[in-house]
Amino acid sequence: MKISESWLREWVNPDMDIEALGHQLTMLGHEVNGIEHDGAEISQIVIAELIEVQRHPDADKLSICKVNDGSGDLIDVVCGAPNVFAGMKACFAKPGVTLPNGMKLKKAKIRGVVSNGMLCSAIELGLGDESAGIMSLPRDAQVGSPLVDLLQLPDAIIDLDLTPNRGDCFSVLGIARDISALTGAKLKDPAVKPVKPTIDDMHRVELIEPAACPRFAGRVIKGIDATAISPVWLTERLRRAGVRAISVVVDITNYVMLELGQPLHAYDSKLLRGPIRPRLAKAGEKITLLDEKEVALDDSTIVVTDDSGPIGIAGIMGGLSTAVTEKTTDVFFEAAFWPPDFMAGKARSYGMHTDASMRFERGVDSECQGRAIERATHLLLEIAGGQAGPLVDESVAEHLPSPANILLRKEKLTRLLGMEIDDKEVADILTNLTMNVEIVGGGWQVLAPSHRFDIAIEADLIEEVARIHGYDSIPEVTALAQAPLETVTESKIDLEQVAATLIARDYQEVITYSFIDAAANTEFTGEESELVLCNPISTEMSVMRASLWPGMVAAASANNARQQDRVRLFESSKSYHGPLDDHEEIVRIAALATGPVNPEQWGSQPEGVDFFDIKSDVEAILGLAAAPGEISFVATKHPALQPGQAADIIRNATVIGVIGKLHPRLAKKYDLKRAVYLFELDAAKALASKPPNAATISRFPAIRRDIAVIVDDNISADELVKAVAASSPKLIQDVRIFDIYKGEGIEAGRKSVAIGLILQETSRTLTDVDADTAMAAAVSKLEEQFAAVLRD
Amino acid sequence: MQALSELIDQAASEVDAAADLAALDAVRVSYLGKKGELTARLKSLSQLAAAERPAAGQEINKAKQELQSRINARRETLESAALEVKLAADAVDVSLPGRGRAIGGRHPVSRAQSRIERIFANAGFGIRSGPEIEDDFHNFTALNIPENHPARASHDTFYFPGGKLLRTHTSPVQIRSIAKEGVPIRIIAPGRVYRCDSDQTHTPMFHQVEGLVIGENISFANLKAVLHQFVEAFFERKTELRFRPSYFPFTEPSAEVDIRWGEGKWLEILGCGMVHPSVLESAGVDAEKYSGYAFGMGIERLAMLRYNVTDLRTFFENDLRFLRQFR
Repeated sequence: MKISESWLREWVNPDMDIEALGHQLTMLGHEVNGIEHDGAEISQIVIAELIEVQRHPDADKLSICKVNDGSGDLIDVVCGAPNVFAGMKACFAKPGVTLPNGMKLKKAKIRGVVSNGMLCSAIELGLGDESAGIMSLPRDAQVGSPLVDLLQLPDAIIDLDLTPNRGDCFSVLGIARDISALTGAKLKDPAVKPVKPTIDDMHRVELIEPAACPRFAGRVIKGIDATAISPVWLTERLRRAGVRAISVVVDITNYVMLELGQPLHAYDSKLLRGPIRPRLAKAGEKITLLDEKEVALDDSTIVVTDDSGPIGIAGIMGGLSTAVTEKTTDVFFEAAFWPPDFMAGKARSYGMHTDASMRFERGVDSECQGRAIERATHLLLEIAGGQAGPLVDESVAEHLPSPANILLRKEKLTRLLGMEIDDKEVADILTNLTMNVEIVGGGWQVLAPSHRFDIAIEADLIEEVARIHGYDSIPEVTALAQAPLETVTESKIDLEQVAATLIARDYQEVITYSFIDAAANTEFTGEESELVLCNPISTEMSVMRASLWPGMVAAASANNARQQDRVRLFESSKSYHGPLDDHEEIVRIAALATGPVNPEQWGSQPEGVDFFDIKSDVEAILGLAAAPGEISFVATKHPALQPGQAADIIRNATVIGVIGKLHPRLAKKYDLKRAVYLFELDAAKALASKPPNAATISRFPAIRRDIAVIVDDNISADELVKAVAASSPKLIQDVRIFDIYKGEGIEAGRKSVAIGLILQETSRTLTDVDADTAMAAAVSKLEEQFAAVLRD
Repeated sequence: MQALSELIDQAASEVDAAADLAALDAVRVSYLGKKGELTARLKSLSQLAAAERPAAGQEINKAKQELQSRINARRETLESAALEVKLAADAVDVSLPGRGRAIGGRHPVSRAQSRIERIFANAGFGIRSGPEIEDDFHNFTALNIPENHPARASHDTFYFPGGKLLRTHTSPVQIRSIAKEGVPIRIIAPGRVYRCDSDQTHTPMFHQVEGLVIGENISFANLKAVLHQFVEAFFERKTELRFRPSYFPFTEPSAEVDIRWGEGKWLEILGCGMVHPSVLESAGVDAEKYSGYAFGMGIERLAMLRYNVTDLRTFFENDLRFLRQFR
């Protein structure tokens, strides 16, 4: 909300400058977004009268104006605006004057005619963002006097970020009250004298649904001049609050709303039919609003009706059929209390947001309606004339909010804030906030005023006391709850450790979005996501990812496009799996590598990354938690991976991840020129571990024996190793494959595999006989299981 | 016959003149070898009178030893010169880069999150997480944000059909953790959160850390202390904090916290407050016996300040040239 300093100071005038005032507002909880100094740049503009207006001899769209700026001589000014006329009062800038946009005026010849200055538009003066020509001033404006005097400038405009609980602060009065409570400066709250009715005309108001409308005030004013011009002081205040001047009646309703916080609506009284009945709409009822849009209403919307049906959506926007126009002579003002419970979210549900709806949603003072009508009546009679009828102010007490009556305990106040505040100060703070305070045993009995409908519980009062006393003066006291120590389980391998491992292996961590393109998700996982957002930012971010790969592949592609050929990425974050009513979120560790294994360097040839490079990286992670032999890699088919270079990663019969080469089809699609290798692990399953269980280390020497066997090509290395290890489980400590050979000397479809056996006993030194026996057992097992042939 | 001393002088100059080990060895053989001249003189001792023999023998042996040590010295000189030549040939350009893989790096947001976790873990906070696909109850209702509450409008929530949503803050973890662990409790909960908003200063996904401490006699003064200490621990320097009254439906009193940054500017970094009694009560906690504080902060915001990142969006562009700065 924007509020002008001069308007505010009319209500409360603490002895401090605008910067200090801004700071106090912020420290009151009304955060100041900015303070704009208005009018300082137009101090040299004077009010002038156009004595004569002639068409420029050589240009249709230009006029030559003889201008009286009060200095004596008439001044020739060439003007391009269409709205100039003799007798007009306008804003004049002499040569030498600098305009707010930085332009310094000089005498200029325009199409052969000398122009000795400029008549300014509102835009040029920084006083508006639209204009229909030069800015027109009231007829009685004083020629030769500075424009800033007429506009009561300079002024400061304070832009406040108000919190939704303080609906009462969306007005000059509300802010002034808080400043008064904080600073002790007196609130100059002018009591509005009721307007004496001079006519009897009125519209009956029937509160037929008091829960939806517990209060409705109104008044008829007849014989007004709807074309009257709003005075400059009024339109200026509206402008500084960011509200455009429209017509005198609307300007007045807006003015009162800004001043008191109570939104008003004005009807053309002659167009109303029968009594006013606020009620809930019937489903399917329709209304055409002021903005000429027709809206179909739902049955939780309050409407104001007369005999013709709905004539306005309560607290949001009035109807077109009863709108005030230039021809209106009689108006009916409405000031109602629409309960926040009914208003919350309502405007938004119709795609609307108005100054009125914003206030009603947050709540308005339920005692302010009559006062607002009186204020508006005064203004209207003053500016547009007319005769006022009696004030109608209907209410149903039991449906109006009742002010909270709360016991504030001193002990609770002290305990929650962690400091003691003097009893008298507490009572003063609450009293200054216009609360009714009664000292009782151990504390205070507090009755909140009707405009502080946000005060409901003891904690609210504690906040009020702390807020006015100052958060700054609350001490800092170190104390943590007596919560038990955190356990650190052996089974939890830290993702930090995983990150450290991958970073040491030259992977860069990335963070990619949790929501991705639906088609990409399906393409990478082979399954359609069941977790589809209703309101995604874009289709590329519309489903929850079931794999981290699509995001990483896209990131790799983007980096390739930025001339980064060698890309090695990892991410540890969640994937999401349907169905929606019982979804699963799984923490994944995923990595991608493409381009040369090593950065370009001297002394070695660049070699593209391959399956076994990335496999060693995944093994390094698995090695953090899994015991040797728990893990196996089994060839698999995967929608995103190239057949023949894809494997499930299996731990104790459970698939915990997948590794492989990105399918060339996808690589091409993502414009990745080099082979891309990927893995993805279920972090919890991959990293689960038990405390290690130490075994005795043999003090006797080990023996190594090597064998080479020829087997079919499709026998996996893993199978051979497991078979050998199982042939003499007590003796064989380790089995290593140290060479694989295919080609000359080996028939097609077969391969030679060289296997090293490490043999050791814990109780004695092995003999050659032991070793020979173990070798023979291994060989015969391989012969038996895989039709292996021992190679000489 | 040549005098022994002359012979030795001659031998010595030949030793000194030997240019390499082979030449030196030839000199050695010619004097000390089986057929060498000194060896020959020893053999010819027998031709002397028995009385002269010991003295002459002693003299020859002395000369022989002198020559031998001279040869040894010369050999050492030649050997070390040869080694130097060889080592000089082996010299490398030590300024050439090391071979093999380089090193990767952490994402700056993870790096900041990890710092935050360590700081609070050191103070005895547990680290908790919760689902990101949340229900309305945990994300809003249990946090005292009923349907149609104006605070909901500012959350720009992503919805799924049927009302589930992407959590808009990490605060639901408060509710889940109290339900699971009861009180007293002292936790933080970092993680991803989502808001349907995307522009220069908003990304639809970002990271928050929630903090929650509930116990007997936990006060606003305790909250001020922990946050001030955290900020100074995170930025590793004395930092001025400003607590401003604010509003969150799930805390009362509530505050926003600014830090003094750069040239005296106040920058908002987090929101906090004393846990609202309704939140405690709906979680089954006796609000008369227990009180607590909660806070929530944006990790990106802290990372931007800590690492001097000026554009939030760069965190999610994953440009290696940007990311490599944070290793």
